[in-house]
This record gives sequence, structure tokens and C-alpha cells, in this order.
Amino acid sequence: MNYFKKIILIFFYFFLFEAYAQNSNIDLINKISKNIRCLICQGQSVYDSQSDFAISIKVVIQKKLDEGYSENAIYDYLKKKYGQWIVYEPDFNKNTFLLWLLPILIFVIGGILILKKSKIIKL
Amino acid sequence: MKNKILFIFLFTFTFFCFFIFLKGLNNSKIYVPNENSYKEFSSFKAKKLFNNEELNSDSLFDGNKLYLFNIWASWCAPCRDEHDKLMHLSNNSSIKIIGINYRDNLIKAKKFINKFGNPYSEIVIDKDGTIGVSLGAYGIPETYVVDRNKKILKKYLGALDLEDLKEIENLLK
Repeated sequence: MNYFKKIILIFFYFFLFEAYAQNSNIDLINKISKNIRCLICQGQSVYDSQSDFAISIKVVIQKKLDEGYSENAIYDYLKKKYGQWIVYEPDFNKNTFLLWLLPILIFVIGGILILKKSKIIKL
Repeated sequence: MKNKILFIFLFTFTFFCFFIFLKGLNNSKIYVPNENSYKEFSSFKAKKLFNNEELNSDSLFDGNKLYLFNIWASWCAPCRDEHDKLMHLSNNSSIKIIGINYRDNLIKAKKFINKFGNPYSEIVIDKDGTIGVSLGAYGIPETYVVDRNKKILKKYLGALDLEDLKEIENLLK
């Protein structure tokens, strides 16, 4: 009887672990597909879209995760196939440096102006 | 004087930001793939449409001058429009046309071929669209012209027209 209980317990933990692993995989697929642009849709991510293209990309993400690809490796794979446009977050390069630096620059200049106006520092 | 400099600086900066964003707004938001990509062809394994045998794409390259990988489906109306062009190209012995049947009902795909003719030397099934993604496809029909060194020479988006046909035939010369 004790032996039987142990087997049931092992099976229980095994299925619990499987369910957890599967769920975390789905979460990761959703996370990645939210960062991938649906190229044939207007303003939709692959996650939001039900187009053939989006469904195929979701299948590719799942297959690549099963093959052991990391999140970044999947982005790189898709960028290689479709270019930078497919990801919502562009890389930092000569074409995008203003996009990355401008908000920081505006924030710093704005901060200095506020501080100057409030006479905390003297320029 | 100090305030004047600050005003000029702020005005220039605001104008600069405005100009950058205005330029960004004028850019197209629609994805336009590079049609002359010269990328390496990604090999794939898939099942054949008519006998369900497994096929490795590497085995297709057998010394022909050009290879045409055409992504099609029976439910795709432009695929019907381009089919006669593919039939015409299939008469040329230096070109090998391979069909990739994209997310299709296999019975309907076979009916399509039986009705309109078979220009393909091989047809493989892309049930989940992953082969299309490995080629960088985003819609159908799409046609890839690949040379014997597995370099993609040209990518045609949408149905092939007579101009495309001439261009492909010129590539053979």
C-alpha cells in the first residue's frame, strides 16, 4: 500500500512539474510574440494577430524554444530573416542612436532647466 | 544675454526634434522586404505532397542553372493568376521549379494541381508555415530565384507577371 502511495506521489509531482514547464513555455512564447511585429497587419504584434503570418511565427517561436534557443537568439533569427523592422525594440546603431539618446538628452536638459528655475543650482 | 542664448539654444533644439519626428512620420510604416537580398538559402526538410516521402532541400540542387522556389496554396487567388507563367517556365530545362504548398488543405492542393497542371519538379508541404518563415516569406505567392550555390538572387512578392517572366529568362542567359 505504501509502495502504491509513493508511485502516485511521484506521478503527481511529475505531472505538476510538466504543467508548470508547459505554462512557463507559453508565457515565454507570449512574451516573445508581443515583441514581434506582425508584418502584414497594421499596428499589431504577432501576439495580437490571427493572420497566417502571425500563426506561422508563433509556431516558429515554439519550435525554436523546443530546440533550446534563448529569447535573444529567437529575435536574432527573425531579424536575420526579416530585418530589424520585425522587432519592436530596435538595436542601438548609427541609424537608431538618436531614438535612444534623445529622450535621455531631453530629460537631462529639462532637469537642468527646472533646477535652474528653482534656483537650486546656479548656471 | 544669458537668457537670449538659452532661448536660441532651446529654439534650435526644439526645431531639431520637430524636424527629426517629422522625417520619421513621413517614412513608410508598411514593411517592404528587400527584393534583391542575396541571402543564403536556408535548407529545410519537408514531406512531398503526392507521396508523403521526406525530402531534404539540399538534394534538389543537382547542377541546374536556376532554381525557383514558389510558395503557393489552393486558396490563394493570385497563385492561380501566376500558374500559367510557371507552366511556361517549366518548359525550360535549365530551370527547376519547386513548389512549397503553404498552410493548405492537401486534398484541395492536389485538385488544384490536377486542374491547372503541374509546373513543379517537386512539391513539398509547409503545413505550419515554418518553411516560409525560414525563407523570409510573409505572404503568398512568393517566388525565390536561387542559383546552384544556394544564393537567393531575387525574390518576387505576389503573383509573377510577364515582366518578371522576362527577367527570370534573362537570368538564364
